[in-house]
Amino acid sequence: MILAKTAIKSLLGNGLKTWLNVFVLSISFVLIIFMQGLLEGWSKQAVTDSVAWEIAGGQYWSGKYDPYDPFSLDSSAAVIPQSLMNDYNSHKIEPVLIASGSIYPDGRMTSVLMKGIRADQQLLALPTENMKADSTEIPVIIGAHMASQTGLKENDLVTLRWRDANGTFEAVDVRIATVFKTTIPTTDNGIIWLPLEKMQNMMSQPGKATILIKDTELPVENIPDWKFRNKTELTKQTIALVNAKSVGMSIFYFIFLFLALIAIFDTQTLSIFRRQREIGTYVALGMTPRQVQNFFTLEGTMNALLAIGLGFVYGLPFFIYFAANGIAMPMDVSNFGLPIPDKMYPLFTPKLIIGTILFIFIITAIVSYLPARKIARMNPTEAIRGKVL
Amino acid sequence: MNTNKKLNNGVLPSTIEVGEDSIVEIKNLVKNFPIGNDFFTALKGINLTFTEGEFAGLVGPSGSGKTTLLNIIGSLDVPSDGDVIVLSHSISNLTQKQAAQLRKEKLGFIFQNYNLLPVYTVYENVEFPLLLLDIGADERKKRILETLEWVGLSDKIRSRPSQLSGGECQRVAIARAMVKRPSLVLADEPTANLDSENSHNVLQTMVKLNRELKTSFIFATHDEKVIGYLRRIIRLEDGKVVDDTTKPPKSPMGDLNIPLTNTYASDTNLGGAL
Repeated sequence: MILAKTAIKSLLGNGLKTWLNVFVLSISFVLIIFMQGLLEGWSKQAVTDSVAWEIAGGQYWSGKYDPYDPFSLDSSAAVIPQSLMNDYNSHKIEPVLIASGSIYPDGRMTSVLMKGIRADQQLLALPTENMKADSTEIPVIIGAHMASQTGLKENDLVTLRWRDANGTFEAVDVRIATVFKTTIPTTDNGIIWLPLEKMQNMMSQPGKATILIKDTELPVENIPDWKFRNKTELTKQTIALVNAKSVGMSIFYFIFLFLALIAIFDTQTLSIFRRQREIGTYVALGMTPRQVQNFFTLEGTMNALLAIGLGFVYGLPFFIYFAANGIAMPMDVSNFGLPIPDKMYPLFTPKLIIGTILFIFIITAIVSYLPARKIARMNPTEAIRGKVL
Repeated sequence: MNTNKKLNNGVLPSTIEVGEDSIVEIKNLVKNFPIGNDFFTALKGINLTFTEGEFAGLVGPSGSGKTTLLNIIGSLDVPSDGDVIVLSHSISNLTQKQAAQLRKEKLGFIFQNYNLLPVYTVYENVEFPLLLLDIGADERKKRILETLEWVGLSDKIRSRPSQLSGGECQRVAIARAMVKRPSLVLADEPTANLDSENSHNVLQTMVKLNRELKTSFIFATHDEKVIGYLRRIIRLEDGKVVDDTTKPPKSPMGDLNIPLTNTYASDTNLGGAL
């Protein structure tokens, strides 16, 4: 207690120098929490949106389906298993048929991935009910990014060309029933959603699907020739992408942290050099050199305490404001290939805040301890006289 | 005072039997300092005994070894050879922690440059040794106020060292050394940075404390003003004791040969205060 009291007094006694160190350290503290909060919020939103738009309770993949192999895509569909027919009928399983094709907006060919799904499905957030429209042209839905890339809008007609199971090229005009907005690139970029039954007929693959989307409440079954992928597996890539982005973002606050730590290290080194007489006096008054070393380490670490306090003073209003109102993305981020929403809501969890406080404390303690080690090797009789080391 | 009793909480090792009133016994003390591959001998076979209530000085020119001897008595340094027994504890056998314990509980230091803690007020500087001793807040306050009254600084409680004169700073240093009621105070050139008037004032304060509290004082000095106040003068030259003289008492103040004028301590009955 006495050490803490003395340390805080000595620290505050250093005046402006202390506050400069504290301010820079507090910036990195606030930035770490803010950036990590943003990433956590983004990651959570990305996972939530992925579940809502394409995963639901998980997916069964047909044994031949490999999303990274476009050549096997058209032949990867399999008959919906009999064991899931009851769930299929009660809409707890939603089959999706996937095949490659092309569209010709304004006469220019654009490769697309055709995905067939039942119009009355309830598992995903896709506005598939609009595909029920009774018209001579097949009603399809596309995402806003796809619409923007191809120049298509609602009620536009576009020619769709594909190759069926027999290898025959076919084409038909489809009508854009709805342009929907989503943050999930894999339901939007280059994707055209069609009614399942129509697509099965078009592909000459009746009763077949490439993937089966499962309701959350449905238990996982072991189905021959189908492999189940759970939520974690399916969102792994999204989280990896977010984490990859976080490395770039963390550079900013690591620069601030580095500056602050260098300043603290420098102050500590100078302090020990200039305060030798004080160090000697502490020893003469009855402290062991080890205690004095701990005292200087504590004094340096107190920078973290002040920085955290200061950081909360000016950072807390920002945290509260942005957590409640979100941060609007200033540009169109749909072609980033990442699930980025229009507004991102940072998530400041206790784990994040406590973790950051501990991180700042530990790292400040280390840079404070390193110069303080010299004290234990100091000769107290020379220190008392303030002799240069 | 029983100097043979074990210091509290068992941190210090068993005590060594010494003479009845002896507080410091120095036997064949040698102190070497390494210089490159060789060494310099600062103290060459010193033998001395200090008794309770001493007001003694190690006198000699620069380099005679007086500060080195004072540092060893203060357990800030260790002998190269021989033995130094301070308050029944052999300095050579003390661990760093035990030496710190001895300093904390039984020894007071006064330095030439005062060595006050600059960010602390006068009150806090005097409080520091008591905080190290874990003394309760009420007792601390009582002792600090009493001690500051002895040295005539009751009105400077909230001042910082930078706001005080040299004489006032040295009186704060005396208060800091005395507040824990040490058995022995070691003063290294305490008047070197003071003018004549302030020198006499702080010396008279120390004489008064020595007389009233029976606190032993050992000085390292070559200041004639200090020498005039000493009851025992030990002259050192080239690391050896060349003279050890005890003066007979001369004045009602003990053995002062300089009249008490404008002394802060003379206004206060220290016995009562303590």
